[in-house]
Amino acid sequence: MKKLKIGDLEKIREKVRRTATLRLGKARAKVTVHMGTCGIAAGAREVLSALLKEIGKAKLKDVIVTTSGCAGLCSREPMATVEITGKPPVKYGDLTATKIKKILHDHIVKGNIVNDYALAIGSERTH
Amino acid sequence: MQDLSLHILDIVENSIEAGAKKIKIIINENTKKNILTLQIKDNGKGMSKKTLTKVLDPFYTTKKTRRVGLGLSMLAQATKEAEGKFAIKSKIGKGTTVAATFVYSHIDRKPIGNMAETIIGLVAARGLDVVFIYTHNKNGNGFTFDTRYIKKELNNISITHPDVLNYLKKEIQKQLKSIGVST
Ligand SMILES: Nc1ncnc2c1ncn2[C@@H]1O[C@H](COP(=O)(O)OP(=O)(O)OP(=O)(O)O)[C@@H](O)[C@H]1O
Ligand SMILES: [Mg+2]
Repeated sequence: MKKLKIGDLEKIREKVRRTATLRLGKARAKVTVHMGTCGIAAGAREVLSALLKEIGKAKLKDVIVTTSGCAGLCSREPMATVEITGKPPVKYGDLTATKIKKILHDHIVKGNIVNDYALAIGSERTH
Repeated sequence: MQDLSLHILDIVENSIEAGAKKIKIIINENTKKNILTLQIKDNGKGMSKKTLTKVLDPFYTTKKTRRVGLGLSMLAQATKEAEGKFAIKSKIGKGTTVAATFVYSHIDRKPIGNMAETIIGLVAARGLDVVFIYTHNKNGNGFTFDTRYIKKELNNISITHPDVLNYLKKEIQKQLKSIGVST
């Protein structure tokens, strides 16, 4: 049985250590991608992958990504919830790879909620 | 669900919801015997016998948000379509094992899909508190991806760091290619 090459992991470890020491702050934002059956069938994995890739590209170190089960609004999947410290959570629906990238840059980086895709802010429904 | 890697992601989400801290995913491809098997084993809270008899009923779920549960019935349906078998074993307090077999060359057998994306998605979201062990064999060649080993090698760098995830995804893709799995 093959294993991952240790040398390669060492290289990545060094690289990460150099960048990680620049910022040791706490997470500022959390994105939860809904991964119930209906979400996955509607394309949630693609949304999650696009989000991870974009976070890597933008070198964001203070954004946590996680998943949750179904939220009960299957017709609006794929869905994700964005929580920024000190602000009410925003629920987004009908997501695609392109939309989550916009949400990352507009909402998470710049702090502007993307109203066109938002389903609910806090406990209030918008769409 | 278009491919098996999406079904696997879905079945593993059940394990996570059941509080599993260790989840094994095993895929075996044997083209000579014309069989494909997948197994997902978790150490979550398990199910009672009574629950177990009901899980394949699409109108059964323990979720409070919705009245139907589709994940397991959809995988069972996918095995049926490819003249395979579906089995689920579970023990309260011990864990659950889901196993599916397919006739490899069956025209209705779903493709494997993108396993690297499934595994990295899981590691990104849950890699800090859940151990994932993914083994993939094809005709006698295989590899194992074990987050315990990777974490040890990483020392105290987070397995969910974007650079690490990116590296691990490429590594899984490379390993899959080397054993002849097309993604
Ligand atoms: N690994 C597991 N451990 C413990 N219980 C499980 C496990 N997998 C499934 N179950 C139980 O079986 C039920 C049905 O699972 P299934 O995946 O078919 O539907 P669901 O998860 O409820 O909803 P959906 O998959 O449609 O989002 C679950 O609600 C849960 O009670
Ligand atoms: Mg499920």
